[in-house]
Amino acid sequence: MAFEGLADRLQSTIKKITGKGKVSEQDVKEMTREVRLALLEADVNFKVVKDLINRIKERAVGQEVMESLTPGQQVIKVVKEELTDLMGGEQSKIAVSDRPPTVIMMVGLQGAGKTTTTGKLANLLRKKYNRSPLLVACDVYRPAAIKQLETLGEQLDMPVFSLGTEVSPIDIAKQAIDKAKNEHHDYVIIDTAGRLHVDTDLMDELQQIKSTVVPDEIFLVVDSMTGQDAVNVAESFNEQLDISGVVLTKLDGDTRGGAALSIKAVTGKPIKFAGMGEKLDQLEAFHPERMASRILGMGDVLSLIEKAQTSVNEKQAKELEEKMRTMSFTFDDFLEQMGQVRKMGPLDELISMLPGANKMKGLKNAQIDEKQIVHVEAIIQSMTKKERQDPSLMNASRKKRIAKGSGTNVSQVNRLLKQFDDMKKMMKQMTNMQKGKKGKGMKFPFM
Amino acid sequence: MGFMDKLKNRFKKNTETEEVSEKYKEGMKKTRNSFSSKLNDLMARYRKVDEDFFEELEEVLITADVGVMTVMDLIEELKMEVKRQNIKDTKEVKDVISEKLVEIYYGDDEEQVESLNIQEKELTVILVVGVNGVGKTTSIGKLANQLKQKGKRVVLAAGDTFRAGAIEQLEVWGERAGVDVVKQSSGSDPAAVIFDGIKAAKSRNADVLLCDTAGRLQNKVNLMNELSKVKRVIEREVPGAPHEVLLVLDATTGQNALSQAKTFSEAADVTGIVLTKLDGTAKGGIVLAIRHELNLPVKFVGLGEQINDLQEFDAEAFVYGLFADMLEEE
Repeated sequence: MAFEGLADRLQSTIKKITGKGKVSEQDVKEMTREVRLALLEADVNFKVVKDLINRIKERAVGQEVMESLTPGQQVIKVVKEELTDLMGGEQSKIAVSDRPPTVIMMVGLQGAGKTTTTGKLANLLRKKYNRSPLLVACDVYRPAAIKQLETLGEQLDMPVFSLGTEVSPIDIAKQAIDKAKNEHHDYVIIDTAGRLHVDTDLMDELQQIKSTVVPDEIFLVVDSMTGQDAVNVAESFNEQLDISGVVLTKLDGDTRGGAALSIKAVTGKPIKFAGMGEKLDQLEAFHPERMASRILGMGDVLSLIEKAQTSVNEKQAKELEEKMRTMSFTFDDFLEQMGQVRKMGPLDELISMLPGANKMKGLKNAQIDEKQIVHVEAIIQSMTKKERQDPSLMNASRKKRIAKGSGTNVSQVNRLLKQFDDMKKMMKQMTNMQKGKKGKGMKFPFM
Repeated sequence: MGFMDKLKNRFKKNTETEEVSEKYKEGMKKTRNSFSSKLNDLMARYRKVDEDFFEELEEVLITADVGVMTVMDLIEELKMEVKRQNIKDTKEVKDVISEKLVEIYYGDDEEQVESLNIQEKELTVILVVGVNGVGKTTSIGKLANQLKQKGKRVVLAAGDTFRAGAIEQLEVWGERAGVDVVKQSSGSDPAAVIFDGIKAAKSRNADVLLCDTAGRLQNKVNLMNELSKVKRVIEREVPGAPHEVLLVLDATTGQNALSQAKTFSEAADVTGIVLTKLDGTAKGGIVLAIRHELNLPVKFVGLGEQINDLQEFDAEAFVYGLFADMLEEE
């Protein structure tokens, strides 16, 4: 694919400068060209790119090449800081009205994911803030849009207010607020129809809904795959409706998501949430720093660490470390380890978060077969307690039994045993190095 | 005769094409305004064809979402051409630019591949795929209507069993177009629905079966495998099918569209593109990139929300649309 991370792009230019005392103007020019291409490939709007490049040039020229950093890293650092600054701090708070209900309006282009996000947001409000939202189906245009919201309401066991497709969205919104007041819902989320920002009639309709219900929040829902046009869309919606925040959807795809930067730069409004999957609990707070890394193709290590932190508890980790040190790591521990890794999410998703993952040999387009993992689990589960503690007990007939029990064959059992042995050796080396460099060629048996 | 004159003549001669081009012009008004006004700006600002001019041109094209690599290639070729023909004036370069754009689209391919591969005597199966929210179901509805008006018997298979309301949405389109919809309950196996669809299409003696699928992001391996399975079922049940695998792309999508086209092609051998939502301000330049880098033809473009707003793609009309203002000013 044409996509390369900034770090890869900068390699050749950097080679030339390494060893120089200062970064010259010419060096910066060459590097900023690469930065520019990287940002454009990530769909950052070219105007935004231009401004950024100018600022980066100013900061980078004449800087001393620090010993600790290579010039390339330095440039990347400057770029990343600029991007992070531009996207602002984390702001995932949702307004609370003094006089409930708090009204949230969802707007955006067709297919951005407004209805799904409406469901996710309602779920978040209930789960995290203990609120009781009322969903309002104001999309009277797209076939079955109301049905879609109603189905989501059923899945969430939440009320959905709709009046069919014959009533004007403005009336629907108005009546929904009355209903919410009567039935003591503290939040109202209005799902509107997708529309083009240049469609004056439909944009007028949104303005009318806005002036009727006076929402506390207007969220612009934007597909993270949007290209250069993101700027026009965000600008129009913001000018006409004065949005209060942005929700970026479909970020679980492989888009670099430069649109995020463009939208923020153009509207100045915070990106509050990110849609990370099709399930209704997959709406997360937006992290500007991680997004900066992603736009630059630098992987999402922070998200990975966070995932690990939430799924592995500290006590277990300590026990494991102790076991690794004393070489008493058994198949039981191994099974538990695998369980923990899997708790963090699908493996290919985890790997995709590692920086440079798609460059690494063997990991490029790695399609990790989750079935393999199931096989490994089955093999271990078919071992007796003693065998799990002490693999040296293994002999031909035991292996045969295990293969039979797990529905695999002896060669698969052998392979696992060999890999387990290798892993133990590696752990020994690693612990000897006192948590030094990470072992190279570390492989899970299911990769 | 210059390229632009040829284009102009083409549209003058043929009333049918004129109609098409009118629709293009109408639907792509926004696109055209911004893109060609930018080009005009460019021409006015630069008298001389030099490095600065090319840099600016590069920006104009990138803003139109033409892929970065494609733009780089195009600029290289333009530079060569300008040198060869010894062009100094920016006005002259205009012709060369549009010529190159059409050329990039067609590449060395002489063959016209825009029309659908519809079988004459037997069942034609068309599989429609794409990421979430690009307009798959809507495009199927429009396509069904178009085929029906051409006298074909059409059956729709509601293969999106995942998204809430998707089946109902397709049913509404089925009603509008006046064609049958084969469905199962939400959550059932999409391959099974498609299988039913094939059976139903055969027994009802249908000419065309349009298969809807759930939107899926191309990096979800499991979902892409599911799609391959659906395709295998079709291959097994109807020899030579699917006759078309249409990838629906949202015109507002940026560079990721390339990744979509690539991955979906790997999983389901895409034969053509449906480019939707081209009636906004999105530039649709991605069409050139996809054709240039992946050699996939665009077969249809979506130019609005009405049932008739799906047009067969015509690269020259497309480029004409982009440059129409400039042509009329001359």
